[in-house]
Amino acid sequence: MASVSATPPRAASRRGSSLGDKVFALVCQAAGIFVLILLGALIIELLIAGLPAFRAFGLAFVTSTDWDPVKELFGAGVSIYGTIVTAILAIILAVPLAFGVAFFLTELAPPWMRRPVGTAVELLAAVPSIIYGMWGFFVIAPAFAQHVQPFIIDTFGELPLIGFLFQGPPFGTGLFTAAFILAIMVLPFIAATMRDVFEQVPPVYKESAYGLGATNWEVMKGVVIPYTRISVVGGIMLGLGRALGETMAVTFVIGNANRISTSLFGPGNTIASLVALEFGESEIGSLKLASLLALGFILFVLSFVVLATSRYLLRSRLKV
Amino acid sequence: MNRRSLLLGASAALTLPVFGAKAQTAQITGAGATFPNPIYQKWAEAARTPTGIQVNYQSVGSGAGINQIRNRTVDFGGTDAPLNAQQLTEANLLQFPTVMGSLVAIVNIPGIAEDQLRLTGPLLADIYLGKITRWNDAQIVALNPGLSLPNLTIAPAYRADGSGTTFVWVSYLSAVSPEFKEKVGVGTSVRFPAGTGARGNEGVAGTVRNVRGAIGYVENAYAITNKLVTTQIRNNAGNFVKPEHKSFMAAASAADWSVPGFAANVIDQAGPESWPIVAPTFILLPTNPTDAARSANVRRFFDWAFTNGSQLAAELEYIPLPESVHNAVRAAWRQSFGA
Repeated sequence: MASVSATPPRAASRRGSSLGDKVFALVCQAAGIFVLILLGALIIELLIAGLPAFRAFGLAFVTSTDWDPVKELFGAGVSIYGTIVTAILAIILAVPLAFGVAFFLTELAPPWMRRPVGTAVELLAAVPSIIYGMWGFFVIAPAFAQHVQPFIIDTFGELPLIGFLFQGPPFGTGLFTAAFILAIMVLPFIAATMRDVFEQVPPVYKESAYGLGATNWEVMKGVVIPYTRISVVGGIMLGLGRALGETMAVTFVIGNANRISTSLFGPGNTIASLVALEFGESEIGSLKLASLLALGFILFVLSFVVLATSRYLLRSRLKV
Repeated sequence: MNRRSLLLGASAALTLPVFGAKAQTAQITGAGATFPNPIYQKWAEAARTPTGIQVNYQSVGSGAGINQIRNRTVDFGGTDAPLNAQQLTEANLLQFPTVMGSLVAIVNIPGIAEDQLRLTGPLLADIYLGKITRWNDAQIVALNPGLSLPNLTIAPAYRADGSGTTFVWVSYLSAVSPEFKEKVGVGTSVRFPAGTGARGNEGVAGTVRNVRGAIGYVENAYAITNKLVTTQIRNNAGNFVKPEHKSFMAAASAADWSVPGFAANVIDQAGPESWPIVAPTFILLPTNPTDAARSANVRRFFDWAFTNGSQLAAELEYIPLPESVHNAVRAAWRQSFGA
C-alpha cells in the first residue's frame, strides 16, 4: 500500500506520459480484479450447480458414505475421508524427509553440494503428475503388493488395537500407496519452504549458539526451529493443500472403491479422483452431475481454507 | 531473416496441399463411447477417399456423448448403454447399432493357463458381490475337477471410471443373478461391494497382472492384443464356451433386433455355442438435424461402413452385425429421413 501512495507525485512530474500511466494502471487493476472475480465466480458457480445435491440430501450429503449411481444415492463421506486420510498420511511421511533435506542443505552440506541437491529436490515438483501415477501403478504398486504389504500385514496385522490398520489382501494399490506417492509429490514444496525459512535465521543467532559450544542438532532445535516455527507450519500447510487436490497420480493407485476401509492398505477414493472418474458418464441435469459439482465445491472450500491458513502463517516470510 | 523466410516458405508449401484436400472433403463430427473408438477411427480413415467424408470422432465416454448430441454440439453421438424409446422421442434422436463387442473375464492364478478355468455367471456375480472369496471354494472346484486351484484370496478388479464396459458386465451379472441385480443393479458406474477399481481397460489388466488371485473384465480385443489369461464361461444353454470368434458370431445372430431403438437384448442368448457377454454399441442421430447435409453424410458414412467395413471390424476383434440388421438400420433411416 505504501508504494501506491508514493506513485502519484512521480507520475505528475512527467506530464507527457500521464495518459499512458493511467491506461497502464487501469489494465493492471483490471487484471487484478479479474482474478478475484474469476475465483468468486468459480465458487458461486460450483455452489449453484451443486445445489440440487445439497437440496436432495441435505447436510447428510457431507457425511453419508453412500455412492450408488444406480439408485441415485450420493454422499461425500467416503471421498472426504479418503482425501483427508491420504493428505495427512502423505504429510506425516513427507515432513521428516523434507526436514532432513532442509537441515542437510542449510547446515550440513558442503557448499558445492547445496545447489545441485536443492535443484534436484525442486525438480521433483516439475515432474508431471501423470508420470507419478504411472510410476506408482506400474512400479510401486507391484512392489508393495509382492514385498512390502505382505510383510507388514503378517507382522502388524495381528497386533491388538492397531492391527486393524494393516489388514486385508495386498492389492498394492490403496490409501497407503496413494499417500506414499503424494508424499513424494509434496516433498519439494515443503523442503523448499523449510530451506528458505531456515536460511533466513540471522547468522549471528546461530553463530552465538555455536560459540557457546552447541552442536548442529542443538542449534537446529534451540535456535532455528523456534525462530522459524510458524513459517515451517505454513510450508507444511502448503504441501497439504497440494496433496488435497492432486488428481491424476492418486486415481492410478488409490483403488477407487467407494467404501470406507479401516485398513490403510484398503482401496478408497478422494474427491478429486472421484470427480475425474465419474465426470464423463454423468448426464447434464442429473443428480449425479450435481453431486460431483457439490463435491468440487467441498474440495474448493477445503483447499481454500488450508491454503489461506498457509498464507497467513507464512505472511511474515513473504513480506521480506 | 533469410532463414526465417525459408522456413515460412517451407511451412506454407507443407500446409497448402493439406488445405486443398480439406476443401474437397465434407466434415462430420461425432463424440461418445470409447469402446468402438478404434473401429470408428479405422473406418474413418478407410472411408475418406471413397466417400469424401472426413469423420472426427472424439472418444469422450458414452455419457458425455449423450450430453453432446442432446445439445447438438456434434453431428452424431455414440453410446454403449442404449437410450430407451421414451428418451429417444424426447430428445428427437434415432438410435442404431454399428458393431458389437464382447467381454471376457481375465484371471491371474498361478498354474492356470488360458481358457482352462471354467466359471458360471452366478459364480462371477458372487465373486463380485464378495461372497466367494477363495479360489479353492467348493463351488469353483466342483466346476473344475481337473485343475488344482490354490488357497488364494480372490481379488476382483473393476473399472473405476464410468464406462460402457462396466454397463455390459453388470448387465450380464444382473441377468444371471437376482441378488446382484437387487444389490448392485445396472449402470455405467455402479457400487461394487468388493474389490478394487482401476482406470480404463489398461488399469484393470494391470491390476490383474500385478495381483495374484485377481480377476477382472475387459473387452475381448484388449485381452487378445495383451495376451491376457481368459476363462470359459457357461452360457444359457448350459455349455462351457471359450471366448472365440464363432461363439461371438453365434450370439450376434441369435439376438432379436426388432425392438424400438434396436436396443436388442444380446446378453446371455440361447444357442449352444453363444458367448454370453456380447453387446452392441450405438449411434445417436438427431431426427431434426440442424444441418441436413451433414446428417446425410453421417448416414452415408455408416452405410459405407456397413457395406465395406465388416472385414476391418473383424480384424480389430469386433463382431460385425448380421446383414439383416444392416438392412433394418437402412430401413429405419429411410423411414426417419426419407430416401
